[in-house]
Amino acid sequence: MKRSSLLALVSLIALAGGACRQDMHDQPKAKPQSKSGFFVDGRTGRLPVEGTVARGELRADDHLYRGKVDGVFATTFPFKIDAALMERGRERYAIYCTPCHGATGLGNGMVIQRGFKVPATSHHIERLRNAPVGYWFDVITNGFGVMFGYASQIPVNDRWAIIAYVRALQLSRNATAEDVPAAEREALLSGRKALPGEGAHAAPPAGGGGHNAPAGDAKPQAESAPKSPETKH
Amino acid sequence: MAQLFPKQANGLSKASIAAGAAVGGSVLLALFLLARSGYATGEGTPYDQKVPFSHNHHTTGVGIDCRYCHTSVETSATASIPPTQTCMNCHSQIWTNAPMLEPVRESYRTGKSLEWRKVNDLPDFAYFNHSAHVNKGVGCTTCHGQVGEMPLVYQAQSLQMQWCLNCHNNPEQFLRLKSEVYEPVWNPPANQLEVGAKLRAEYKANPRVSCSTCHR
Repeated sequence: MKRSSLLALVSLIALAGGACRQDMHDQPKAKPQSKSGFFVDGRTGRLPVEGTVARGELRADDHLYRGKVDGVFATTFPFKIDAALMERGRERYAIYCTPCHGATGLGNGMVIQRGFKVPATSHHIERLRNAPVGYWFDVITNGFGVMFGYASQIPVNDRWAIIAYVRALQLSRNATAEDVPAAEREALLSGRKALPGEGAHAAPPAGGGGHNAPAGDAKPQAESAPKSPETKH
Repeated sequence: MAQLFPKQANGLSKASIAAGAAVGGSVLLALFLLARSGYATGEGTPYDQKVPFSHNHHTTGVGIDCRYCHTSVETSATASIPPTQTCMNCHSQIWTNAPMLEPVRESYRTGKSLEWRKVNDLPDFAYFNHSAHVNKGVGCTTCHGQVGEMPLVYQAQSLQMQWCLNCHNNPEQFLRLKSEVYEPVWNPPANQLEVGAKLRAEYKANPRVSCSTCHR
């Protein structure tokens, strides 16, 4: 009797101990970004052998993948730009560019305001207004000055979408009333607030187009005004 | 032969049966509660990390979108922890001498991974896909808590199967507009069930509850 109850107790303890094992929870399989006990550098994620090209990843299209046509920066987009792509560009710009370049591209994003040593370039300077889209693609991909390349963070098509949106931003600060379609021009000139849908992303009309000043001279009050649609993500 | 037990022994034996049941019951209850407590699930306790990264500062404070760092969340099963280079996008220029950031700089110098302790660690027998959730109107904070208010992140939910099924059975409790999925701090509207039901129909958010959906 005594013997069997002791046996029961021992098996209960063994069962309880067994229940605490985590073998099924923590299986020795390779999950993304998990630690590897097999490879010396401890990484589960392995880099392909140098020079390896995955099927369908040759990236031979210079225009699409490097922004170049015949060795010089492309002046055209590699695919058709439509409203959906512009919208995608607006969203991606808000995620990846606004921290430094600001919602309107003046170069005074929050990270700059928090003490980044070099001011971010304004997108509205003469040089960048005239720069071909291929140049923009190259800068986003490989970086420029103290800006690191964003190739690992922004997929190729999104980079082009961002460029399309930046072109719209530039246009919004360098346009005349004549550029506005006739139907909406009347509203603009009469000072009436644009109805929803009318000129969805147009920034306030630029007075005299004097926005070539470098980022440091940018008026902060002009930047903080149109907060609503562009800082929303 | 005289009586072995006095008459009170009847009451005593009944009381001892009741007491035994009560003790056994409370031990079971205690185990039941323990398994659901933060002690067992890991809920609510921030971990020590090599760098005390503050989501509160970077999201709510500086206004950086979740996807700036967690780049693959919309397209892949894992949201992904950013490479050190993403930190250095800014920290090559800002707080460059902060001792707190030395592990980041060291990782960038040497090419060795910065090791983070996983906070929300699902059991390896459960399959989870981030993109399937965020693209159907499940916000980051629904599972991760109000990350925008966390100086150090902690596991905000139990991550137990019961908790998963609570949403998989009735997702309208939690669904939100796709445009609000990445809000670092989010509170449901007063008429959440109404809004959620509408969004569920619109987004065709019909999560499955068969075993092999998650245990594959």
